[in-house]
Amino acid sequence: MSWTGKILRVNLSDGSCVAEPLNKEWAAQYLGQRGLATKYLAEEVDAQCDALGADNKLIMTTGPLTGTMASTAGRYSVVTKSPLTGAVACSNSGGYIGAEMKMAGWDMFIFEGKAASPVYLHVENDRAELLPAGDLWGQSVWDADKAIHNKHQDPGLRIACVGRAAEAGCLYAAVMNDLHRAAGRSGVGTVMASKNLKAVAVRGTLGVGNIKDPMRFMQATEAGKKVLQENAVTGQGLPSFGTQVLMNVINETGALPTRNTRDVQFEGAHNISAEAMAEPRQSDGKPNLSGNAACFGCTIACGRIATIDRKHFTIENKPQYWHASGGLEYEAAWALGAATGIDDLEALTYVNFLCNEDGIDPISHGATVGAAMELFEMGAITSDDTGGIELKFGSAEALSTITEQVCQGAEGFARAVAQGSRRLCEKYGHPELSMTVKSQEFPAYDPRGIQGMCLTYATSNRGACHLRSYTVASEILGVPEKTDPLATEGKAGLVKAFQDATAAVDSAGLCIFTTFAWTLEDIAPQVDAACEGDWSVDRLLEAGERIWNLERDFNRRAGLTAKDDRLPERLLKEAAKTGPAKGKVCGLDVMLPEYYELRGWTPDGEITTQTRDRLGL
Amino acid sequence: MLRALKLEPEKCTGCRQCEMACSYENENMFNPAKSRIKVFEFHDQGRFAPYTCTQCADAWCVRACPVEAISVDLATGAKIVDESTCVGCKVCTIACPFGTINYNQDSGKVIKCDLCGGDPWCAKACPTGAITYVNADETGLEKMRAWAQNSAVPVSHVNLPRDRGDVSYVRAQ
Repeated sequence: MSWTGKILRVNLSDGSCVAEPLNKEWAAQYLGQRGLATKYLAEEVDAQCDALGADNKLIMTTGPLTGTMASTAGRYSVVTKSPLTGAVACSNSGGYIGAEMKMAGWDMFIFEGKAASPVYLHVENDRAELLPAGDLWGQSVWDADKAIHNKHQDPGLRIACVGRAAEAGCLYAAVMNDLHRAAGRSGVGTVMASKNLKAVAVRGTLGVGNIKDPMRFMQATEAGKKVLQENAVTGQGLPSFGTQVLMNVINETGALPTRNTRDVQFEGAHNISAEAMAEPRQSDGKPNLSGNAACFGCTIACGRIATIDRKHFTIENKPQYWHASGGLEYEAAWALGAATGIDDLEALTYVNFLCNEDGIDPISHGATVGAAMELFEMGAITSDDTGGIELKFGSAEALSTITEQVCQGAEGFARAVAQGSRRLCEKYGHPELSMTVKSQEFPAYDPRGIQGMCLTYATSNRGACHLRSYTVASEILGVPEKTDPLATEGKAGLVKAFQDATAAVDSAGLCIFTTFAWTLEDIAPQVDAACEGDWSVDRLLEAGERIWNLERDFNRRAGLTAKDDRLPERLLKEAAKTGPAKGKVCGLDVMLPEYYELRGWTPDGEITTQTRDRLGL
Repeated sequence: MLRALKLEPEKCTGCRQCEMACSYENENMFNPAKSRIKVFEFHDQGRFAPYTCTQCADAWCVRACPVEAISVDLATGAKIVDESTCVGCKVCTIACPFGTINYNQDSGKVIKCDLCGGDPWCAKACPTGAITYVNADETGLEKMRAWAQNSAVPVSHVNLPRDRGDVSYVRAQ
């Protein structure tokens, strides 16, 4: 129960849409969403396939709690093999479409094959059909969203869509949903576009009703909401300041990767922080921040809504950007700002709008532009290469121009940037300048100042990522307990615990931000009251560990080895220059062997037979 | 004392907890499509607004119903639909100036807010206080208080209530 028990299988090659029962046995082992979809991917897709070929599959997946009244239970994920990393990709998003899929009666959509010409999927409860999208191809996410709403005359339609960047093959293109929310990382949008699938539009009016024990579920979710409300981070910090509450904190910690990670502190951090977003601008007396917004079912509401100064150079002559839209989150503000040395809040907001409008991952994009700027400053790239863009650190003009080009799928230098940092740096002869793991750009925490993040990035199954084991919570914020950010002792165990728990939270259909306040002790009663079977903390952790190993195993079959659990040399050899971590490098070599051992893997990072047997892999 | 739902759109984050609470109470499932309270999004302005029946004292829906299926709950003042009498003619949906009474194609009857018998679930579920259930005579009290505060200070210190273009709808600390 709580799963709808139905999967929609869409074969894009022959145009068929077929309903099939959910594999309940797998659901009992992998819970839902991230875990369950990865199981389907691992069973059905050759891990060695071309990520952008017809053999790859794209899975849109909900969790058992998605669409219920549990706080934040609106999450869905897009699971596929990544063209950026060659590894498993699982990108999680909020907004409303995940819940709408459940309301329409579906746990998952599995897309296979490739359409001969552009199509979009229209789902209305149990009716699903592929419709031609030739007129939508070449349109931005925002324009296509509007066109589909107009065509169906249904304002309640929830839409996931790819933009022009994905169509042009940008390797870090996102699947956008509800205009401002993104399954952002690892190029899942690129895979969707490679299948000639422009959009997925869903309308569900059937509701979610099959809760195992409704009375207990209401009590458990109510108790959970109270915990979120009373917690300082989820009750006050995130609603008021969004994730941007971190900008000044992480900068002071000396863990804000700046100018392609040459520095660990950014002198302009305050200018692009949550505090700056709320301050009235000198120019027009209004703040950048217009308000906050929640995803489906979320009682935290960290989402930002921003309005750019109309007189700002980026939009002075572009009235289409004068309205309120999705504002800067911490990761985007860091990547577009600190990683590029730009402290112009209005410019960053504009570029963030562009990232949403055409669906690119601002983390990978900002980090790649940061790398390009370093290449430019050292002369490895010249303005002849860039088509005249003076790609200097701190240049808001350069960032705006190159982002416009990438988003529109322009030819020329933008195509090189759109391949991501690893490929760009290799092309221009300096692979060591790419701040990536498994070819994915790392996010807004310099692991020299937060040592747990060394291991988090190195071992993340989808390439560098903070959301696979957010040890920042423990090392900086003291959740669930404080650990020393500069110490390496004990971090292997901490990372493993976070990785397993996070896999379970994702797979339930909940948002990871609840875990600033919730532990699995708060989550297990909600899952248990909703879902068939007994869901204890231990069972959730075991499912999390199983999911982690399944992802690892997919990557092994895709050809990844322990050699891919590495960090860029800069983090291992160049010490942090300032702040509390001054003199520190990443202690990865100390932590990694201990981590492999704790995982029950060989010293070469291979899953042992015992571990496979224990987890039933 | 009669109470009324007080809606403050500036506090709404668009989370739909109210829609789920309403549909759970009335339809026994989580289903915003069947909720009697609806949250509307105004993307370009970054605003959300919850909206539902205001329980008119002299209600158009009651007057329009040809079979007298809509009556007044004397305890709460809510206008309630008797499903066994309703014939699903939808005349009330035409008569209502606010659109807050709607046809339910599953049951073939109309549905509207009945204030949950005096303990509205939407108000209980709202995490930001955008929906509250207050003394019907005093739904404007907080706005009055804000303006009253201005009247009590010298002109040079007047701080007018901020409009929606400002940050006033970031949740209060």
